[in-house]
Amino acid sequence: MDHQRLLGAALFALVTLGTPIWIALNAPRWTTHASSSPPATLAETGLYADARTLTLADVLLEYAPQYPLWTDGARKRRWIALPPGSAIDASDADAWRFPIGTKLWKEFAFGRRVETRYMELGGDGRWSYATYAWQPDESSATLAPEGGVAAACESSRGALHDIPGRFDCLACHEASPSPVLGFSALQLSSERDPRAPHADARESGVTLDELVARGLVRNLPAELLDNAPRIAARSSVERAALGYLHGNCGGCHNSRGALAELGLDLAWSFEHGSRALATTLDTPAKLQGRGLARQRLVAGAPAESLLFQRLATRDPYLQMPALGTHLVDEQARELMAAWIAELGRRERNSLAHGAAGTRR
Amino acid sequence: MLLKTLSVLAVAGCALALFSLERSPAAKSAAAPDVERGKYLVSFGSCNDCHTPLVMGPNGPAPDMTRMLSGHPSDLVLTQGPALEGPWGAAATHTLTGWSGPWGLSFAANLTPDKETGLGAWTAEDFIATIRTGRHLGRGRPLLPPMPVHYVNTLTDEDLRNVFAYLQRIPAVSNRVPQPVAPAQAR
Repeated sequence: MDHQRLLGAALFALVTLGTPIWIALNAPRWTTHASSSPPATLAETGLYADARTLTLADVLLEYAPQYPLWTDGARKRRWIALPPGSAIDASDADAWRFPIGTKLWKEFAFGRRVETRYMELGGDGRWSYATYAWQPDESSATLAPEGGVAAACESSRGALHDIPGRFDCLACHEASPSPVLGFSALQLSSERDPRAPHADARESGVTLDELVARGLVRNLPAELLDNAPRIAARSSVERAALGYLHGNCGGCHNSRGALAELGLDLAWSFEHGSRALATTLDTPAKLQGRGLARQRLVAGAPAESLLFQRLATRDPYLQMPALGTHLVDEQARELMAAWIAELGRRERNSLAHGAAGTRR
Repeated sequence: MLLKTLSVLAVAGCALALFSLERSPAAKSAAAPDVERGKYLVSFGSCNDCHTPLVMGPNGPAPDMTRMLSGHPSDLVLTQGPALEGPWGAAATHTLTGWSGPWGLSFAANLTPDKETGLGAWTAEDFIATIRTGRHLGRGRPLLPPMPVHYVNTLTDEDLRNVFAYLQRIPAVSNRVPQPVAPAQAR
């Protein structure tokens, strides 16, 4: 009897103590870094299973936002890696909460790889940002200086591309409810906008549906589970225009971030949809000066709309976005002009119907 | 009984310590910025040199303190700077508020608390973000020469709060400073 008890106790101890040890020994290694000291090389961030052959790590999920940020025509690839067993909490649909240890990469190429940007959520709950500059032969990438690298390479049309400094990263990523831009319900919706400028094909990335099905996104509001997120708009042009503003301007100009006091909300949100029109149309511009439009947006008049004016220039003291681009996005300019013209037609029709109604 | 008494004393001691900590000078300074120190820093930091227009007086150019820290006068309209040759790299207006150089034209900002044209609608966080990043509101266009942002941003957040608190208490001056002008080749 004593022997049986002894054996039982030994088995109990083996199972209770051995199981966690076995799990710990066999779990994939997940290295995190202090937010103040990013790794010296891209290889050390965990992007590659084999840095010599640039073989990507197995844990990565590639993704492609449907409304990407314009970076002078750069070809981009993006990946996210979540620590094993973790998931994103999407209960706040407009500000997903990422698990500690989350890592994201974004690779920029102009003919060749030029830079890879990196974000990591540290154990202290703070995001760290780093940029890795590639060698011209693409053999490796090393940490760029904190101030960035001006004129790192030629982008296109004779323009130069700057690798951003740390404060440039903070400017956009820390102005939004979630520092992770481009990885959200709308951006990963399975209902992609066919008119979105510069969007990659859907096949190139993971979708919201897949993330939910795999348990990597949890607590998503039921409405978004039942209906794929989509910008409500009166036309396909308006949908694409509002989406472009969300992806290119909404990171800073939103209702919950550092610039909320400006009252300029160009972001789409699950809570209130797009308020781009509500906060721009016939609204006096705060920025005033010689040659500047006085209103944020005037239906039917792109030249009288400061939003259009700033999007369509690369005057370094006037352009929007204020950083990260030296070339006007011609496709976006055409889209915005078409949208503003459409707003004008709609306004005229509305007035005509109103007048007809009055006559009747 | 003794244990119970000691426990009560320990809890009372902790409460007293916490109360004292809350009323300590350090806690007070975190809550309320030191306006006098802000004034001292603005004075020592020579902010008036560029942000208060100079006027000619009996003793030569002197800061016009009726327009203290209100930036480049809106009625002094400039469209382009002078041609610079030889060793000359920059030129300034007689007010020392408008500058011309390879970066184009730049104008000293209105730092007074005027809501429409100065910093009246700003928060201390906006001010700190601007100085830390060298960008308007931390996200917009770059601050331009001769603003010595690389030196000013060596101030601590606490001192930047002190500076901002002082600037919010000086007389508001309505003066809409023009936007900077980029060099022709960059536009």
